[in-house]
Amino acid sequence: MDKTKRRDLIISFVLIACIFLIVAVLEQILPKTSMLFTVLKKGSIYALVAVSMNLLNGFTGLFSLGQAGFMLLGAYTYAVLTIPVKSRAAVYQYYDGGIIQFAVPVAVGILLAGVVAAFFAYLIGLPVLHLKSDYLAIATLGFAEIIRAIFQWDKLGGLTNGSNLLRRFPIFRSALFPFAVSGFCIAIIVLLINSTYGRAFKAIRDDEVAAEAMGINLAHHKRLAFTISSFFAGISGALLAMFQTTVQASQFKSAMTYEILLIVVIGGIGSITGSCISSFLFIACSEWWLRFLDNADTYIGGFHVPLLRPGFRKVVFSIVIMAIVLLYQRGIMGDKEFSIEGIRKWLSKKLRKKEAHA
Amino acid sequence: MGFFQSNLPYLLAGISTGGQYALIAIGYTMVYGILRLINFAHGDVFMCAALMVIYSASYMPLYVSLPLAVIATGVIGFAIERVAYKPLRTAPRMSAMISAIGMSYLLQNLALYVTGGLTKYYPSVPFIADSIEIFGAMTKRVTVITPFVTIILIVALVSIIKYTKIGIAMRAVSRDFETAQLMGVRINSVISATFVIGSLLAAIGSILFFSNYTGVTPTVGGMPGLKAFVAAVFGGIGSIPGAVIGAFIIGICENIIKGLGWTTFSDAFTFVLLIIVLMFMPTGLFGEKATDKV
Repeated sequence: MDKTKRRDLIISFVLIACIFLIVAVLEQILPKTSMLFTVLKKGSIYALVAVSMNLLNGFTGLFSLGQAGFMLLGAYTYAVLTIPVKSRAAVYQYYDGGIIQFAVPVAVGILLAGVVAAFFAYLIGLPVLHLKSDYLAIATLGFAEIIRAIFQWDKLGGLTNGSNLLRRFPIFRSALFPFAVSGFCIAIIVLLINSTYGRAFKAIRDDEVAAEAMGINLAHHKRLAFTISSFFAGISGALLAMFQTTVQASQFKSAMTYEILLIVVIGGIGSITGSCISSFLFIACSEWWLRFLDNADTYIGGFHVPLLRPGFRKVVFSIVIMAIVLLYQRGIMGDKEFSIEGIRKWLSKKLRKKEAHA
Repeated sequence: MGFFQSNLPYLLAGISTGGQYALIAIGYTMVYGILRLINFAHGDVFMCAALMVIYSASYMPLYVSLPLAVIATGVIGFAIERVAYKPLRTAPRMSAMISAIGMSYLLQNLALYVTGGLTKYYPSVPFIADSIEIFGAMTKRVTVITPFVTIILIVALVSIIKYTKIGIAMRAVSRDFETAQLMGVRINSVISATFVIGSLLAAIGSILFFSNYTGVTPTVGGMPGLKAFVAAVFGGIGSIPGAVIGAFIIGICENIIKGLGWTTFSDAFTFVLLIIVLMFMPTGLFGEKATDKV
């Protein structure tokens, strides 16, 4: 590793540490109920699931729409396994306290959430991964719906609590927790993408036939990408469960997958940093910055602003998204990454231009 | 006879939902046949048709508002194609699909804004929403009418596709996009016509569907839309008779599953069927045996 590379790496770590420090300080200064923390928590969770979807759609070229299903698996695994034994009777009140009578620690619960999602992804991947483009999309979407139906089935109520809420499992209070978990997982994904496996994924995305001719085992690598992506979707599902404090199967609809897909598209298909940035922007816009559009009693001077009432925010938001999809197809980052090296190159280019002018 | 008596309502309901799915499925299968695009917004067009009837019915009599809503739905279909799909015609296929998902998101949010998140109730259309009795089973007249309406419309559509100029153009475009263009077929007007026809049929389907299930919410189009798409895949995408038969099979199976007390799985069943079809006969029942599709 040469010197500049090492320096860039150190700068990146310092930057990440700074972000953590800032969040930690903000949590001490601002009131706990500030919208900022909602955005930070939910944004980091969505960043993880968006990056995991990007690993499939952007880096391996597998257009999958099953993300909500794997999040559901993760959320349920976490919730079912970590509800304290003494709370089970109250949570599973219609199912005699449920069939599981033990609880695992939080860290194990989160890990198992990923493992269960990955295991089901492996099984689902066996039949569907040889399908192409939109057929793969609709098949994975279908699996997500099947999973949702199974989790709402009252015969499995002892395990899943049927269509009732799961609650009282351990949750996090500080935004640092989802930041740390998501950051760690995204770092692993980045390492994976830069490894030989990652290069194989990109080769498959660019040209399947050529990749196969180069000796890449298509079925194996596709299954690997699908399983790994689902593993991280499962973990983000567990984090989402912790964020929401309750879990119910009916919320993991295909609309959720569409939202994640739109985040990926806005960030730029094939850009990890793009997905992270856009998930924070997406959550901030939909939960916080555009809230004023929902306020029906808005006046500018004496002028009553028309059209504003609950729901208008989402209309404006979806029009903006359509505009990005249609006019700005590469998204915020395209397939580039935000990096120290890139910034330095950009700066030195600017400087050189200035010197040339002088 | 007792078994027949007790299951008749489900069978009737199945035939009727099947007919309604068929009308939606045609929109999917025609668009896919020509553009190779899953028009995710089609289910939401179906929902918009219902909302327009609801809102216009409070200002004008139903015999005006129903045809008006059907025509307006055709216009919406046309507009969606022009705004969301036409600019992406040369882009990768996935871009158009993402645009379709975005459009679906937009239509749902618009509906949410207009309705204020409340469930709206479909006006009771006289004659077709009346209750009648068949073999001792109570049902709405729409249940009996739907299959006939569906079949009449499909015969009309098939003859349009077979004998008129625009129909020949449609077949040419779906066979080979570029060659058709070279032969002087106006691609854009053919595609617009496809979307308009698909939307008109979805609007008629929505009149029949919501006479039966009267609650309209912004997301109500999603599930019937996906099911109709599955029907189109099942029947062989691009094939109109295939889509119709697929839709009837799905509608009947779904209602029988409901009748057996497995309501939770009535939606999941459709997707199980889809995956089985995709695995074992990717071209569906009547699809062309082309290899580049799956």
